[in-house]
Amino acid sequence: MVDVPVSCRSREYPLFKEKDVKILVTAKRVEDPESKIKVKPDGSDIVREGLKYKINPFDEIGVEEGLRLVAKHGGEVVVVSIGGKEVQEQLRHALAMGAQRAVWVNHTGALDQMGVAGLLQKVVEKEKPDLVVLGKQSIDDDQNQVGQYLAEYLGWGQATFASKVESLESEQEKSKTPALQVGADGKTVQVVREVDNGLATLECQLPAVVTTDLRLNLPRYASLPGIMKAKSKPIEELTPEKLGVDVTPKVQVVKLASPPERKAGIKVPDVATLVDKLRNEAKVV
Amino acid sequence: MPIVLIVAEQQPDGNLRKATLNAVGAGQQLAEKAGAELHVVLLSKEPSKVSEELKGLGAKVVHTAEAPEFEHYLAETFAPAVAELAKSLNADYVGMASTAMGKDLMPRVAARLQAAMATDVMAFNGSGADISFSRPMWAGNVFAEVKLTTPVKAFTVRPTEFPAAEGGQAAAEVKAFSPKVEASRTKFVDFKEVKSARPELTEARVVISGGRGTKGDFKEIEALADLLGAAVGASRAVCDAGWVPNDLQVGQTGKVVAPQLYIAAGISGAIQHLAGMKSSKTIVAINKDAEAPIFQVADYGMVADLFKVLPELREALEKAKS
Ligand SMILES: Cc1cc2nc3c(=O)[nH]c(=O)nc-3n(C[C@H](O)[C@H](O)[C@H](O)COP(=O)(O)OP(=O)(O)OC[C@H]3O[C@@H](n4cnc5c(N)ncnc54)[C@H](O)[C@@H]3O)c2cc1C
Ligand SMILES: Nc1ncnc2c1ncn2[C@@H]1O[C@H](COP(=O)(O)O)[C@@H](O)[C@H]1O
Repeated sequence: MVDVPVSCRSREYPLFKEKDVKILVTAKRVEDPESKIKVKPDGSDIVREGLKYKINPFDEIGVEEGLRLVAKHGGEVVVVSIGGKEVQEQLRHALAMGAQRAVWVNHTGALDQMGVAGLLQKVVEKEKPDLVVLGKQSIDDDQNQVGQYLAEYLGWGQATFASKVESLESEQEKSKTPALQVGADGKTVQVVREVDNGLATLECQLPAVVTTDLRLNLPRYASLPGIMKAKSKPIEELTPEKLGVDVTPKVQVVKLASPPERKAGIKVPDVATLVDKLRNEAKVV
Repeated sequence: MPIVLIVAEQQPDGNLRKATLNAVGAGQQLAEKAGAELHVVLLSKEPSKVSEELKGLGAKVVHTAEAPEFEHYLAETFAPAVAELAKSLNADYVGMASTAMGKDLMPRVAARLQAAMATDVMAFNGSGADISFSRPMWAGNVFAEVKLTTPVKAFTVRPTEFPAAEGGQAAAEVKAFSPKVEASRTKFVDFKEVKSARPELTEARVVISGGRGTKGDFKEIEALADLLGAAVGASRAVCDAGWVPNDLQVGQTGKVVAPQLYIAAGISGAIQHLAGMKSSKTIVAINKDAEAPIFQVADYGMVADLFKVLPELREALEKAKS
């Protein structure tokens, strides 16, 4: 679509589609959001024994949006993850959902948002996608930074917290149409964003960086054939050295601690007691 | 002397966002610890509307840039202007409130300044050049102490964790500057504001939130909110279903609130929800299920049907009032 020769494109999709888009999506490996996170007594890390791992929920929404865009316009979804060999599980998950191929940046050890954005910048320069879709935040670090750093590093436009006007129970969502609107000329994307006190709409020139919010879509389940197919889809391996990026963390975690415990209070039997407590004990009404 | 630069934010109506006052309050704390001077910057189509107010908040200098391009906030026009000022001042710290704008803008500013960044800072520790930041991770299950090792350090602060800067302090020097306004690859299309006569969620003294247990019927929650002058909040389940506007979501990925009184009705108390309301002063939970995790953080719990309790509570409070 944008300054990418047609010959570079995957042509898996029939050409009668209006446009084809190449979308790069990220898939970070994170602790299952349902799991109980506890800090080790020495504060060096969390207790990792027995934890389950998943694709970052926001990234799964990004994969879904990419797949819907490609179903509408043609093109390909390339998924990228940075981490040790275990992150291939998350790549396979995205491939099983339907992504065409994967890029694995093999790196073990600490990594901060500048490091991730620096690596992604190189992957983007190599892949030349029209659109990069990331999660708005990773549910372990909760930093909410990588997409914005990446957009600035690339000099691209950004639309963070992508959502849509319709609810997740709407007909629009059930029909699995993409929420991101690629312009008829294939040069822009319109994004509805969840911001304070409402919804803002931006139009970004492509290529652009988008980060997903929770209500962009409901991700599909990987089907059994999808899972089988994913096993033979290619995963390209890269490293920070190959990409020429120094990933020494600039955000250094000194210590982790448990937040102050909030004590459970009392159960009140009836409304009269509740009102009495609120008035005379807590003094808040 | 080191410099702390805080970015101010205007609301669509042109008034200063309350969260900016907390960010300036945080800036003051940081400036004291780091032995630094506090500066504030405002980019606006019409800075005069709030520059008077900003002047009295205790900063040394208030920098204002006026340009028609600043009418609608866009990361691509704001980030270069903030970064340009930070560079010309040689600022050591650049920060603002963790609002939607703060979260969108500050990492882009940081990238331009080759600064590392801490999001949602709750406290500054240490002194002089040795400052560390406390911030939540894993949905508030973990508090981390982090250090930023780049020369310039960027951050956003959680407004609920810092007192609002008070007005009427020694007047700051107001300096106008004219940043180069870069052409943006992104265009503002529109903003659909959710208007409400109730107080803003993050600023209200009382918040009444409903969960999936309401089945989408918020009438009683709204009636109680109106009686108490409270804001209405919601769990993710409720926003996902489209029962209430998205920006009422309280939690890890929604708003963080810390009112005097938080009433949760029909909310189970998932960790992601608790992340947004756990530091409320008094928490009341109304839930049919005695085992719901919300009771583990509630000061006063009622195991009951919310459709029965809420009207009773409203009547009792009404009576008590008169
Ligand atoms: C990445 C991620 C981010 C998330 N971010 C957030 C977030 O920011 N905020 C958030 O809230 N959630 C968030 N969640 C979702 C969270 O995990 C929960 O799913 C959600 O909070 C549940 O909402 P709920 O309590 O309303 O619904 P449920 O868990 O279904 O609970 C409903 C409760 O209502 C009670 N109930 C039913 N009927 C009645 C009645 N008549 N009277 C009284 N009680 C009744 C039930 O006993 C039950 O406890 C996030 C999840 C993920 C994965
Ligand atoms: N190690 C990683 N591999 C792939 N994507 C990542 C990684 N770390 C962060 N990201 C992406 O960056 C987004 C924002 O993360 P953060 O800024 O860390 O909250 C996540 O939703 C991911 O899409």
